[in-house]
Amino acid sequence: MPDAFGISRPGRVLRSLAEHYRIIQGNPLGRIGFWVVALFLVVAIFAPWLAPHDPWEMQYDSEGSFASLQPPSWQFPIGTTHLGYDLFSQLILATRTTMIIGAVSGFISIAIGANIGLVAGYYGGKVDEILMRLTDVLYGMPFLPFVIVLIALFGRKLEFVILAIVLIIWRTSARVIRAQTISIKQRQFITAARARGCSDLRIIYKHILPNVLPLLLLYAAFNIAWSIITEASASFLGFGDADTISWGGMLYELWLSGKTRVAWWWFAAPSLCIVILVTSLVFVSRAYEEIANPRLRKR
Amino acid sequence: MTKEALLSVRGLNVEYSTTEGVVNAVSDVSFDVMKDEVFGLAGESGCGKSTLIRALLRLLSSNGRATAAAINYDGEDIGSMPEKAFRESVLWKRISLVPQSAMNSLNPVYRVGDQVIEAIRAHEAATRAEARERVAALFDVVGLQAELMNSYPHEFSGGMRQRAMIAMSLALDPGLIIMDEPTTGLDVLVQERILRRIREIRAELSSSIILITHDIAVIAEMSDRIAVMYGGRIMESANVLDLFESPYHPYTLGLKNAFPSIRAIDSQLISIPGTPPSLIGEVSGCLFEPRCPFRIAPCARDTPVTENVGEFHQVRCLRHADVETFREKSTRKSTWHS
Repeated sequence: MPDAFGISRPGRVLRSLAEHYRIIQGNPLGRIGFWVVALFLVVAIFAPWLAPHDPWEMQYDSEGSFASLQPPSWQFPIGTTHLGYDLFSQLILATRTTMIIGAVSGFISIAIGANIGLVAGYYGGKVDEILMRLTDVLYGMPFLPFVIVLIALFGRKLEFVILAIVLIIWRTSARVIRAQTISIKQRQFITAARARGCSDLRIIYKHILPNVLPLLLLYAAFNIAWSIITEASASFLGFGDADTISWGGMLYELWLSGKTRVAWWWFAAPSLCIVILVTSLVFVSRAYEEIANPRLRKR
Repeated sequence: MTKEALLSVRGLNVEYSTTEGVVNAVSDVSFDVMKDEVFGLAGESGCGKSTLIRALLRLLSSNGRATAAAINYDGEDIGSMPEKAFRESVLWKRISLVPQSAMNSLNPVYRVGDQVIEAIRAHEAATRAEARERVAALFDVVGLQAELMNSYPHEFSGGMRQRAMIAMSLALDPGLIIMDEPTTGLDVLVQERILRRIREIRAELSSSIILITHDIAVIAEMSDRIAVMYGGRIMESANVLDLFESPYHPYTLGLKNAFPSIRAIDSQLISIPGTPPSLIGEVSGCLFEPRCPFRIAPCARDTPVTENVGEFHQVRCLRHADVETFREKSTRKSTWHS
C-alpha cells in the first residue's frame, strides 16, 4: 500500500492507536469491556462533580425525616447507610480511589513482574536463580500480615496500601512471563535477530516483549483486578486509607455498622462494581490478544 | 581464478559440555572463502556444519565454547574482536546469515518489511522512508512484490519467507552471506526458483556466499569450491570439478555414489553403511575409519593431517596415495556392502 510510504512518526502512532481501537471494537466482549472501563474512568475523573451529595453528610428524605438505612429510591438511587449517608455519592467517590489503586498498582506490578520475568528468562543461569528465589521468598510471604506490618510502620495511607499490594502481586506475573520468555527465546527468529547484531536489550524489548504481550496484558488485567480486590479486603479489615473511601472501605463500614443482613443494597452496590470492573478488564485484555497476535486477526 | 581470501579460518574448535561429557563438535577446521565465490559446505546431518557457522557468528548456546587460532575477515582479525564491536560492525554488515529453517526466522508479530527496515536502521543512520525504499528494491531483487512488505509472516508461504530472509540478508550489502540449508524443506520447484534467485543475486552483487547443505546435488550445482565435513572435521576440500571428477577421500567417494547421476541413469545408488561417529570425549585416528572400506590398521590409531594433493585440493586421509585403487573399487557395491 503506497500510502504507507514515508509516513511521519506521530502519524504512525495515531494509525496504530486507531488499529488497536478497531480491534477492540471488533470483538463483542472487548467492546463491552472497553466501554464499561471507559465509563468507570469517566466517573472516577469527574467524581466530585457527579456525586449528588456530600458522602459524609446526613441526608433527610422528602418528608424531612432522617434517612437512615433507606433502600434504593429515586432520591437515593442505591440507598443510604445507617448514619443516613448517601451511598450513591460514596460509590462514585470510591470509584476514584479504586481506579487509582487499580491503575497505579496494576501498572507498577506488571512493570516489575514483566521486567523481572524477561530478564530472568532471557539470561538464565545465575541471574535467573537469584531473581526466581527472590520471587519464591515473596510467595512465602502471607499477604495480610505483610500489609499489617507495613501499615503499622508507615500509617494508613493510600501510598502504603499501594506499595504493599505492588510488592506482593508482581510475583505471579514475573513467573509466568519468565516461563514464556524461555520458550520464546529458543525460537528461530531470536537466533536470527542475534545474527543481525541485535543487542540483548533490543532482543528482550523488541523481539521477546511483543511476543509475551498477550500474556502480559492478560496479567496486567489480572493484576489490576487483584489490586482492586486486595485493596477491598485490606479496607474491609480496616487497613485501608482512613481519609478516602473505596469500594472495600464501604463494605468495611457496612460490617462495622452490623447491618449486613438488613442493608442488601449497601452490600450489593460496591460488590457488583468490583465484579463488573474486574470482568470488563479481563474482556479487554482478551480482545488485546488479537493485537499482540496478528494471526488471530480477521482479514 | 586465484583471488584473495575474504574469510580465513584457522584451527577452529568447538566443544559442547554436556552431561555425557565434552562433545568435540568441530575440531581443527581451517578454510578460506575467497572473494566473489560460493563456498559449499557439505556433510551429513550432525557433522558440525551448523555449529561451525554458529561459532563463526558467535551464536553458540551457552554450553558451547569455540576456540580458533585465527579468524580473519578481509585481513582484519574478527576472532578476537570485543563482543560489542563484533555485533555492531561484523554481524549483518559484513557477514549475514540466512538461518537454517529460515521460514521460522521472522518474528510473527511484526510486518515483514518492518523487520528488514529494523535490520537496516539498527546498523545505519537511514530514515524510515529511505530504509523503506531500500526494502522495496531488495524485495524486487528476490522476486517479491513491494506491497508484500506490509504483510505479516504468517501470510507468506514458506518460499516467500525464505526469499524475505534472503532479502534481509542482502540489506546491508555484506561481503559474505552464509546460507544454512537455504532450500531444505521446500519442494523441488520452489527450491529451483530460490537457487536461481541466489545465482542471479550473485551475478549482480559481489558478495561471497557460504552455502551449507547436505544436498550434494544443490552444492554441486551452486558452488565454486566445496569442503566436505565429517565428524566435525573437513575431510576434503577442492574446486567443484576436481572434487567430483577426482575425489580423494573415501567418504567423498561414498557420497558421490549415494546420489543419482543423470548421466548414468541405470546405475545403482550405493549407500555408505554405518552411522556417523559419536564425538564425545577424545577421539584418535580417522573418524571415518569404522565405515571406511579401505581402512588399514593405522587408520584407527593415527589422526590424519590435512595434505595438499593439488591446487586448492586438500584431503585428510592416511591413504591418499592409494587413491587410484579407491576410485576404481568404490563404484562397486560389494566394496561397501560385503
